[in-house]
Amino acid sequence: MTAPAPSLGRYVAAAAAAGGLVVQPRMGFGDPRHMRAGLVGTRDAAAVTVGTVTIDSYTRVGDPAGARRALAEGGALNGYPIVSHPAAVTRSLLRGVHGPGFPVQVRHGSSHPEAIIRALTAVGLDATEGGPVSYCLPYGRTPLRASVDAWARGCELLAELAPPPRVPHLETFGGCLLGQLCPPGLLVAVSLLEALFFVEHGIREVSLSYAQQTSPEQDREAVAALRRLAAEFLPPDVHRHIVLYTYMGVFPSSAAGADLLLRASARLAVRSGAQRLIVKTPAEAHRIPTVAENVRALESAAAAAEAEVRSPADRLEPDSEVYAQARTFVEAVLELGTGTGTGIGEALRSAFARGYLDVPYCLHPDNAGRSRSFIDDRGRLRWSRTGAMPVAPDLAPAGTTADLTSSQLLAALHTMARRFDLAAEAAAPTGTAGSARAAHRTRSGAPTRPTAPPRPTPSPRPIAPTRPTTRTSGPGAGSPAGVRPPLPGVFTPSRTTDDGSRDA
Amino acid sequence: MALAPARPAVLVTGTASDSHTWNLVLLQLFLEELGHPVSNLGACVTHELLVDGCRRHRPEVVVIGSVNGHGYRDGLAAVTLLRAEPDLAGMRVVVGGKLGVDGVRSLQDRGRLLAAGCDAVFDDGSLTALREFLAALPARVVTA
Ligand code: B12
Repeated sequence: MTAPAPSLGRYVAAAAAAGGLVVQPRMGFGDPRHMRAGLVGTRDAAAVTVGTVTIDSYTRVGDPAGARRALAEGGALNGYPIVSHPAAVTRSLLRGVHGPGFPVQVRHGSSHPEAIIRALTAVGLDATEGGPVSYCLPYGRTPLRASVDAWARGCELLAELAPPPRVPHLETFGGCLLGQLCPPGLLVAVSLLEALFFVEHGIREVSLSYAQQTSPEQDREAVAALRRLAAEFLPPDVHRHIVLYTYMGVFPSSAAGADLLLRASARLAVRSGAQRLIVKTPAEAHRIPTVAENVRALESAAAAAEAEVRSPADRLEPDSEVYAQARTFVEAVLELGTGTGTGIGEALRSAFARGYLDVPYCLHPDNAGRSRSFIDDRGRLRWSRTGAMPVAPDLAPAGTTADLTSSQLLAALHTMARRFDLAAEAAAPTGTAGSARAAHRTRSGAPTRPTAPPRPTPSPRPIAPTRPTTRTSGPGAGSPAGVRPPLPGVFTPSRTTDDGSRDA
Repeated sequence: MALAPARPAVLVTGTASDSHTWNLVLLQLFLEELGHPVSNLGACVTHELLVDGCRRHRPEVVVIGSVNGHGYRDGLAAVTLLRAEPDLAGMRVVVGGKLGVDGVRSLQDRGRLLAAGCDAVFDDGSLTALREFLAALPARVVTA
């Protein structure tokens, strides 16, 4: 028997065994040299990292010709068009960067993943992300039935085109969905069900996602619930880990507020026992981040994670509210599939058709659209209306109904942005938070994107990831990880500063 | 007794490549609160769907929203398409949101949109500016 080749999952497991959190950017550029510079920057960051190739929206919606036209006309894309660039171009951008010591994952948001899966496996990549529900409802109007079929084929294609000793890896996006205002029970349930779907279609190594929401306490319950449900429902030999996403909704507009939120997510990852974190940058609220901003975010998150004491006794009630709700959803869906012989995909489709699963504020034609949510006075996300879902609603706060006005909705969407912008302002000496915000509004005050050609072939990393303690290259080389020079115009808060999170 | 809608009917729509919907949900609520009857086509609206939607709903104003960074391009394609349909000639068409990938408003792209027949470009994403634009529209001529 041949030993399995190092895979994204094995790499993360090795880092976790060594006590480290793996951090990863959301990063994609249309230009291959720029994309390569991003991967090199990620690899060389003072952190244990995984590289990301985020795909542009034309490719996502199945319009590679549109991506090609935009490139030909010199337009900037919001990601890397992996189907439009020839495989040789993608191979050369990965050469000497991607390898056993530096896994690279393709993140794409497409309900029709086949072309992307062909393109990524053809260049030697094995890891991607998705799901029949989570890459459908938030990503357009493809009928759920078509997405379920396409994703079943996609999983099988990934398994077939990355045969042993390669290890195909799939991450669920179900723990994010529309990014905000969805109570965690539903996120956890969809994440778990998508992992079951992947396994049903031949994938043996998965990661289960959960996106940070509005209450650190509820988030820890959610990650614990996801881990427990995975243990209860996934076959024991399926390799898995939990990946946390830094907040996926409206982000703080000040650079200092954004960094506080990023660090809070890194601490949440450590405390909840997630093994990998996908970060956001201070550019999030405004524009696509530069490579340098991504690298700084990776290092900031890694430093915050390192400073956080891992408390094995995260004393949570095992049967938390989130666990109970997630389990109710999971059982309701699996019940629909029992005895039908049609599998999880059909059960998911039927669950949405009946409104058993109903994502709040989702406009997708196959979402019932009857559920609504609110943030309670402790910051926890709850249901104000549940439609046909098998869970009970809570009472909306006094003076409101489940149907929010535009300003109430805007305020709810800006909950985290407001909380962390205010926390940054309170922590900053007068004036600095304001100037930090101004500096990051547009690129004018921020670092320019790299135009220099990427560095020559690096030496491969050791297979077992080690946490670098000093930078090996780049600006600030030799400075210890976590002791970074402050960004120009940005107040770097001290560790003791309140980050605005509600749990002490 | 239901009053006849006093404000112009609006069609809210995303662009062909953009899957963001929170902005569309918010725009719909905002416009309804101003008294406009609103239909919302949602995200990833193909050219066929857009033209069909306009024929079906016969809006007086089409509000195209995009935040994914392809908005200048996709908005231009949408406006060009709508302006090529003689039966839809009377509609106002506006585009807004976060239209580029770099957080910088592009005068050149804005100019292209206006030249293609766009009535207003809100590339700072300002809802106040949209409200003022709508408030300044001439009163509707009611034909029997
Ligand atoms: C939530 C979110 C998502 C969710 C969306 C789910 C859904 N179905 O809506 C998910 C996670 C799925 C997602 C996916 C993607 N996203 Co997104 N997303 C966001 C995020 C975090 C919040 C957006 C939001 O909900 N805002 C709330 C609404 C109410 O505000 P708004 O959208 O800004 O709109 C306001 C104004 O702009 C204005 N407005 C909007 N439209 C219009 C139209 C008119 C006429 C007017 C007057 C005003 C107006 O009114 C609104 C109210 O003030 C933003 C970053 C942020 N803001 O923090 C990124 C962001 C918008 N996403 C971005 C991108 C690029 C993507 C992806 C392409 C992935 C990628 N490459 O990174 C995909 C989309 C794929 C596709 N096919 O388009 C970029 C866009 C970059 C840019 N424009 O420079 C942003 C800015 C993040 C970033 N910094 O990179 N995203």
